[in-house]
Amino acid sequence: MKMELIQPFINAADAVLAQGLQCPMSIGNLSMEEEAYRRKGIAALIWITGDIEGRVILDLDPQTAVRVASKFAEAELPETDELVRETVFELANQVIGNAITVLNDQGFHFRVHPPVLHTSEHGPKSSEDTEALVICFETGIGDVFMNIALRYSHSLRTEQAAAVGQ
Amino acid sequence: MEQFVPVKRSKDGQPVRYLVVDDSVFARKNLARMIETFGGQLCGEAGDGMTAITEYDRTNPDIVLMDITMPQMEGIEAAEKIVQKHPEARVVMVSSVGYQENIVAALQRGARHFVQKPVKPEVLYEVIKYVMGDDGTVASAAGAGD
Repeated sequence: MKMELIQPFINAADAVLAQGLQCPMSIGNLSMEEEAYRRKGIAALIWITGDIEGRVILDLDPQTAVRVASKFAEAELPETDELVRETVFELANQVIGNAITVLNDQGFHFRVHPPVLHTSEHGPKSSEDTEALVICFETGIGDVFMNIALRYSHSLRTEQAAAVGQ
Repeated sequence: MEQFVPVKRSKDGQPVRYLVVDDSVFARKNLARMIETFGGQLCGEAGDGMTAITEYDRTNPDIVLMDITMPQMEGIEAAEKIVQKHPEARVVMVSSVGYQENIVAALQRGARHFVQKPVKPEVLYEVIKYVMGDDGTVASAAGAGD
């Protein structure tokens, strides 16, 4: 896992959550995911293609998702409210948008696909060249998990290998 | 949410009217709440670029807050089409994707300003005042609560 690819996502999640939730936050457990991803609750999955490819999942257990959405809405929302899912999607969009802004300004180009609801209990397994990193953000109103599996695209890796070989 | 000194239209002292375009209901609600704190009035909403164009024609807003990544027609293309038809249109792009190329493309195609998500109300408020220019007036602090 290339930390230079991951760090912008961690920084973006930290900034987006801290600003939106207005509560103390810290980065808790950080682990490599070798087995298939196990969903915690309401999970937004965003695919990224281009110079860097892979996917990012933002995942909140249902109770935390309700608390987070209620905080943003400044009103108590029921778990069934569509706005709860919408909030998780928009947070994922903002985290990824902010991260790719940084990476784009470093010269990487991508396409970010609209978020989709990750409904299966288990996600795709990591592979040798795409390990997944799971970061837990401990907020005052619950844990927010971000699962990142990214790699340089095949064409970019070929270019890099050619440059090293010269 | 913090209250701001209302920004009104200079010509008639009425609230500034906003069209909010974003495919996320959450984002639209969030912007609508900010508009309220600016003393503005939400006159229309759209979830994609195509609808934004028809909503602009229908509502004739003072300001359009436009997301970029949306289904059917993206925000930059919608902004361009609106400005082509209504050169006086004030379109402010509001997106989480704030890299240089995107900002330049939006400005070249008619947008007046760019605000990155997550939106800070105080930043958007300053942008609104700037974009309204002489067509907007900030009510005096003494009269703000009237």
